[in-house]
Amino acid sequence: MELLEKILVQHPFLKDLEQKYVQLMVGCASNVRFDSGTFIYREGDEANYFYILRAGKVALEIHDGGRETITIETLGEGDVLGWAWLVPPYRRHADAQALELTRAIALDGKCLRDKCRDDHNLGYELMMRIVPLITHQLQATQLQLMDVYGVKK
Amino acid sequence: MSESLANPLLPAPYRVLRNQRNTHDVFTLDVEPVKKGNSPLFSPGQFNMLYIFGKGDAAISISGDPTKEQPLRHTIRRAGVVTQALEQVKPGGVLGIRGPFGVPWPVKEAEGQDVLLVAGGIGLAPLRPAMYTLLANRDKYGRIALFYGARTPEDLLYLSDLEQWRGRFDLQVCVSVDTAKRNWMGDVGVVTKLIAKASFDPSNTVALVCGPEIMMRFSVQELKKNEIKSGNIFLSMERNMKCAVGFCGHCQYGPHFICKDGPVFRYDQVQSLLGKREV
Repeated sequence: MELLEKILVQHPFLKDLEQKYVQLMVGCASNVRFDSGTFIYREGDEANYFYILRAGKVALEIHDGGRETITIETLGEGDVLGWAWLVPPYRRHADAQALELTRAIALDGKCLRDKCRDDHNLGYELMMRIVPLITHQLQATQLQLMDVYGVKK
Repeated sequence: MSESLANPLLPAPYRVLRNQRNTHDVFTLDVEPVKKGNSPLFSPGQFNMLYIFGKGDAAISISGDPTKEQPLRHTIRRAGVVTQALEQVKPGGVLGIRGPFGVPWPVKEAEGQDVLLVAGGIGLAPLRPAMYTLLANRDKYGRIALFYGARTPEDLLYLSDLEQWRGRFDLQVCVSVDTAKRNWMGDVGVVTKLIAKASFDPSNTVALVCGPEIMMRFSVQELKKNEIKSGNIFLSMERNMKCAVGFCGHCQYGPHFICKDGPVFRYDQVQSLLGKREV
């Protein structure tokens, strides 16, 4: 538990989070590893966990029937994988596949949601950290949709 | 003095030595003057006007090594009539060149500081001479990092340079593409995300940014979030340049002429114009 707490406070996602909240999160945390090629989750799965990545590389992928799978983003050390655990209906929006051996802290989303319900300040702290991730994703999607490197028409 | 410098509106004939394909729509022309003598010296970030006689001209950044004399090198993306014609020129063919023109990257002024180069798409072409200069004088700079974003892995330029630079211990090189198929093992995501992963001293860092305007805007946001001062961020702007010496007004950008006052601007010079729909 002490080790988990140490890892969590050092991760950029939880920078400056009060110790009492870190301790609350430790109760929902576990150490995990994924071998290269493992699917951490698939689109449509229940979003029970999110992951604080410590090492390795994960690809977020989308596919459309028979077409080739497309990687839309890769995540690595210092990143957070998954935010659907916080937003109903708590379902995954893409596949997540480990591209190399990946180590992470898994946080149980349901456990955390219950704790946020009991302590709104913890909920606020987590929202303030998750919303920028979603905003970043939205901005990145805007840039990708604009195809900014394409020839101007 | 070359004829082009003596009369900046008079193109000098250059012979194509090599026409090399970089990607499906980008190619690099190596040229040398038809009349004996060296090409005029250029500074990183400057551009030339390239003529196809009977077709027209286009402003093209110089993408070669300014620390070496020959050949004069331009990397060009096929985007219109002139660049389509340039793409067809075979070795031995002759084209016209005026230049070099424009305000260069402040590589000399950046000595003693960390330097970040942020490139998007064809924007790596005008930054490559800056990288060559930095590496030729490596001991004069602090940390150097290149962040390069492209549309797909197939659109990445200068793969052999990138491989060589990535192999160096005194240089951080991060490459990301917007989308990729499964066989790509590198990073996927917008180039701005790479900036957050850099290690530099924000109070002593110069950032050189070149790419599509919206990518430069987002890059500036990220650089400022990382506490780099506005006065230390430089952008290379692009507009339709014609005369290249500030006569014709085609490339007017607010109070500036990009050909003469740019293409490289300090961010705070153009801050109020960036992102405006009509300038």
